[in-house]
Amino acid sequence: MDKWINIALPKGRLGEKAYQIFESIGYGCPSIKENNRKLIFENEENGVRYFWVKPSDVAIYVERGAADVGVVGKDILLEQDSDVYELLDLGMGKCRMAVAGEKGGRPDADKTLRVATKFPNIAREFYRKQSIDIEIIELHGSIEIAPILGMSDVIVDIVETGTTLLENNLEPWEDIVPISARFIANKASYKFMNAPIQEMCAKIEEIIKNK
Amino acid sequence: MTISKMLFKKEEEVIFSLRAIFEQYGYKKFKMSKFEEYDFYAANRSFLGSEHILTFNGMDGKLLALKPDVTLSIVKHAKGSTAPVQKVYYNENVYRGKKGAGEYKEIMQVGLEYIGEVDAYATLEVLQLAQKSLEAISESYIMDISHMGFVTGLLEDLELDYQDKEQVLRMVADKNTHEITRICEQKGVCAEEIKRIVDATALYGDLKSVLPKAKALCKNKRMEDAMDELDAIGSFLKSSGAEQSVNLDFSVVNDMDYYNGIVFQGFVKGVPSSILLGGRYDNLVHKLGKDTDAIGFALYLDLLENLDTQKEEYDVDILLLYDETTDLTALMNGVQMLTSNGQSVRVQKEDTGELKYKQLLCIKDRGLEIIG
Repeated sequence: MDKWINIALPKGRLGEKAYQIFESIGYGCPSIKENNRKLIFENEENGVRYFWVKPSDVAIYVERGAADVGVVGKDILLEQDSDVYELLDLGMGKCRMAVAGEKGGRPDADKTLRVATKFPNIAREFYRKQSIDIEIIELHGSIEIAPILGMSDVIVDIVETGTTLLENNLEPWEDIVPISARFIANKASYKFMNAPIQEMCAKIEEIIKNK
Repeated sequence: MTISKMLFKKEEEVIFSLRAIFEQYGYKKFKMSKFEEYDFYAANRSFLGSEHILTFNGMDGKLLALKPDVTLSIVKHAKGSTAPVQKVYYNENVYRGKKGAGEYKEIMQVGLEYIGEVDAYATLEVLQLAQKSLEAISESYIMDISHMGFVTGLLEDLELDYQDKEQVLRMVADKNTHEITRICEQKGVCAEEIKRIVDATALYGDLKSVLPKAKALCKNKRMEDAMDELDAIGSFLKSSGAEQSVNLDFSVVNDMDYYNGIVFQGFVKGVPSSILLGGRYDNLVHKLGKDTDAIGFALYLDLLENLDTQKEEYDVDILLLYDETTDLTALMNGVQMLTSNGQSVRVQKEDTGELKYKQLLCIKDRGLEIIG
């Protein structure tokens, strides 16, 4: 059991891209390509075990030690304030966390700013630093509708190209923080499995540099 | 009656071992009240690292708090430099808000504090006790040591204000070298200095192999002083034979407002987060108006709850059945005989199937009979 490195990957495109990196540096697991509903895959030869989990859950699996390492978006790490080592920026899935509002509009400084978002902690922290009084409206999707319907003044969300915003007559007003996929490790695993994790880390770093 | 060790949960067993170790070194148990005035904790919130404190009104209307921490109270009651050295330990439950869960949690804490002039011997003694404590929990443990003087020295004379420094320290704690680079570049820190911080953050390994590398990163007196202290610890560990379980790791960073010298963290195999936290906290002592030094550590024993995953196979050794017709004296004597043989006996009227037992017995002709 000890020799296994448990890797949590986010289901979806980002996870698949991340798996390709692991495969290219010798941590492949052929059974993962079989098209089935299994969620755990292992390869005894190189001692790796992969889990596919919901992207927003990766950091939880790693923080609680169910996975030793994992790949997760910086947005999730910031929102959940996860207690893990953030070892590498994989430079994949690049986008940014931004405040967006009506095109050509500006916030009214004289009233409480209503902020619709999937990321209440990031939004709260961002405005707290500026001492701006806000009201958080926590939503789970289609955030762009909130300002159109007049339910919120701005949104705090991930912006990739800005197309969705534009199509809804919104535009980014202010960037909060750049986002990309990160390679993280459980703090205890990092101690007890230091050599294999450091080796993995060094190999991934090499790959990113050459990209 | 002797008490079988089997009866103890892991954390209970550990508490007794720890108390034995601490008493052996002349530390005295410190018992404290369950609550303290809220204002006191509110003024030292960042030391607690938790915003959530369980409060209630006392009899006279004063706002009280269920203890979220013991160290603060011990320091508050400590005397200044004129008093003799205080060596105390405690075993208390504390109450804190749990991240994410939105609820309060009872945390079983055992800790040790050395309050008074902290010299080289005191530091080594406390470190050794921390190490022995980890050893008492598991053979497979790791203790990481860092020095706040080294880490704050690293950030000295850079174009970083207090907030930036706090942010960089948080990144150091997460071994997040890419974010350190980004922030420092933004603030106009030169490449050579960024590399120094990044290299220090990435260092990890036993003291013997890592200390020379750390030494090469020193740039001021503060860092050199820290290295001298770490050197002394390194040579002690070498002689004590505990080298392989102790590592140097500058990502062990505690709040710079409270901690100043050596800081350390302990891990045991099977527990996903650090179980032991400690360090030198002169700054806290001074903040609370005492002119002396202090060093100590705390263990979070509630984390051990999930360490022993092997489940008991049986609930009880023997299930003994009886009914209205059973002779009471025979039943009582039977129970007496079985328990004095060291077996556990549960007496009830029927076997409902919920209980796992090794043997099923009943009383027949005033004697015990095995029926299953």
